[in-house]
Amino acid sequence: MFDYNFHWRPVMKSLPDLIDAAFLTLQVAVLAMIIGIVIGLCLALIRLHLKGPLYWLASTWVEVARNTPALFQLFFFGFGLGAFGLHLSPYLIVLTGLSFNCAGYLAENFRGGFQALPDTQLRASRSLGMTAWQAYTRVVIPQVFRIVYHPITNQMVWAVLMSSLGMLVGFRELSGETQFFASRTFRIFEYFAITAVIYYVIVKIILAASRLLAIRLFRY
Amino acid sequence: MIEIRDLHKYFGTLHVLKGINLDVQKGEVLSVIGASGSGKSTLLYCINGLEPIQDGKVVVDETDVHAKGTDINKLRQKLGMVFQQWNSFPHLTALENVALAPRIVKGKSKADARDIAAQQLSHVGLGEKLDAYPGALSGGQQQRLAIARALAMEPEYMLFDEATSALDPELVGEVLETMRMLAEEGMTMICVTHEMGFARDVSDRVAFFHQGVMEEIGPPEQIFGNAQSEHTRKFLANVR
Repeated sequence: MFDYNFHWRPVMKSLPDLIDAAFLTLQVAVLAMIIGIVIGLCLALIRLHLKGPLYWLASTWVEVARNTPALFQLFFFGFGLGAFGLHLSPYLIVLTGLSFNCAGYLAENFRGGFQALPDTQLRASRSLGMTAWQAYTRVVIPQVFRIVYHPITNQMVWAVLMSSLGMLVGFRELSGETQFFASRTFRIFEYFAITAVIYYVIVKIILAASRLLAIRLFRY
Repeated sequence: MIEIRDLHKYFGTLHVLKGINLDVQKGEVLSVIGASGSGKSTLLYCINGLEPIQDGKVVVDETDVHAKGTDINKLRQKLGMVFQQWNSFPHLTALENVALAPRIVKGKSKADARDIAAQQLSHVGLGEKLDAYPGALSGGQQQRLAIARALAMEPEYMLFDEATSALDPELVGEVLETMRMLAEEGMTMICVTHEMGFARDVSDRVAFFHQGVMEEIGPPEQIFGNAQSEHTRKFLANVR
């Protein structure tokens, strides 16, 4: 019954290429997170404080990002925009798709964070003569970041894993690269087993880094 | 000088302040007493523009607080405020809490802001706690930190919104002591308070608020000894 013969040699030969692809995965995930955090913060603030068209735009963004498959969102930026003559490179498809998705999820995390912070913190800041911008950047947002720190870490892990969808739009990140080699050598099981290990290691490194960063950042 | 003229404030349909007229002179200590919901705290929020008003006006040193062209952030530097919930910034040390506004609002250098902060903190008796985070301070210490933070902006007026109400009983004294010290130094103060002893001993005048109306105002001897309004007498009989 179990007569599968493992052949690790081709996998080991292409390991350097896989590692390179892993860095590409990490790069696109980190960029998507940075963009996602900035946009997510804006979406949360818009949804908390504004009415009218901007509110509806932000709400639609969050609704679509959270309630449709991430793969479809990627397809939209790939084939959807392509249908209108706007052709993004595979790299950009994954980056925009992931950023769009992360921004939607992070917006909800930030919204929870803002609501958890007593609004008296804002009042106290304003009473000292700070502008709204100063009060937010110096007092409110630093505290909100602590509240949403672990959800952000989760989202970072999620971004790394979800970037594997890039394989389906022709992006040679870790999964795409693996697929490429696997289909050339037919050692599909071996390749994806090794790749799973690489993903696991990446995520473990992110979690460890996040923990160290937390110790440095949050001394209170 | 703070001049309040026919001030009306609504929260939705709730009429919280019903035509307040009040002048506070430089150097004066005014205590505001009254039941919860009588509009005392709202009055303070209207004075430094944290709450918009619906009618009348508030003028601080000839600047109309609620006028359109008023630079409210500049005006607030004159009006230090201490809240019931002390609102220290938990992510900053005591020193950073106090140094923040002088640095980013007044544009002081980092070193100057630190000096001011250290000086104000020792002024309120927290000279040993410069590097402590608020989480490691008691309620009374946090409230004194809040006072130091307000003082670091070198305000000309201090507004105290029930500064001791949220404190454990044994911590009330140290905060009142700090407030008393400020009064003796000549600071102009409006203190919304439930501490009748403080109101009687420290204030130049005491105002009694009842359901959004300033029922009575006068020297402490009058309010506590010979109140003219029946509401005042009833309120004081109940709190004693």
